[in-house]
Amino acid sequence: MNPLNPQLVMYEEEQKQIQAIAERLHQDSRARTILLIDKNGQLVAAAGDSAALDTTSLSSLVAGNVAATGGIAQLLREDEFTAQFHEGKGMSIHMSLVGRRIILVVLFDKNTTQGLVRLRVKKAQDELVPIFEALAKKVPTQSAPFAEITDQDIDNLFND
Amino acid sequence: MSFINYSSREINCKLVYYGPGLCGKTTNLQYIYNKTRPEAKGKMISLATETERTLFFDFLPLSLGEIRGFKTRFHLYTVPGQVFYDASRKLILKGVDGVCFVADSQDARYDANIESLENLRINLQEQGYDLDKLPYVMQYNKRDLPNAMSIEELSAALNPTRVPEFEAIAPNGQGVFDTLKALAKQVLAELRKGT
Repeated sequence: MNPLNPQLVMYEEEQKQIQAIAERLHQDSRARTILLIDKNGQLVAAAGDSAALDTTSLSSLVAGNVAATGGIAQLLREDEFTAQFHEGKGMSIHMSLVGRRIILVVLFDKNTTQGLVRLRVKKAQDELVPIFEALAKKVPTQSAPFAEITDQDIDNLFND
Repeated sequence: MSFINYSSREINCKLVYYGPGLCGKTTNLQYIYNKTRPEAKGKMISLATETERTLFFDFLPLSLGEIRGFKTRFHLYTVPGQVFYDASRKLILKGVDGVCFVADSQDARYDANIESLENLRINLQEQGYDLDKLPYVMQYNKRDLPNAMSIEELSAALNPTRVPEFEAIAPNGQGVFDTLKALAKQVLAELRKGT
């Protein structure tokens, strides 16, 4: 296991807690959509109006964007830029870091303001950080699904 | 690293295509994209310059089906091959589960292959990875070109550890899926070991 980049494992209990925080943030901030994305580009949770969005592509691009911004920070000897904001005519996007591993993305329109979004994001961050910290330390209680896979299972994935 | 979600019963893995400029990394992904059934793939994203050189990365999400009730997804990335985009290459390698090195078989690109492979090893080390311990496959691309070096020469120079290696002509697909399958299998086998 790579100590610099540990594997992210999500369990039912934590997923529910995270989802609840995302839903509340969605309501309180009056945003269109909330996304929680792993820094490697994997979507962890979504709340609000996400059905019409290509969340897979969005996750990958947001992670790339945050990674590039992190690279710029390093060159400037800044530890990290913890938040960034892109303003569009109709839609705007606010991205901020939760701990060192997760990106909280808020998509919003004229229905709310950047100030309200930032305020609510701060509260959600405070709630999310301990959950992800606990998740990182959690010892698996369920048996790993992949311990028992056979070569045949793997071959079957490619049989089409 | 892979992301295992017990709640939604999904497993996501990140595969990176690495290699010197113009070796055919993007062409590999384009072929995979064109030949994969619509329900198994997402949109392919290419962050490229106006002359279609990869600027940051290409991205292709593939959904291969289920293993033991878990949806298995692979996120394929390419890096920009040109030497001066090294900062971007490092970023793409973050969280990688498996690497495919695409070598350009032409003799004029021999030094570029060596340099890129060395660069891969160094950039992985910076992220805390050891290439020799990662799922890793080698592809010798552009086998159809008249100035292609022999497989023996390429293998001796680029593949001293004897990882699985494949001959390819990426534009017509030869060797493309064989390479991908071999890498995906290694990644899944690694998950079996590691979890």
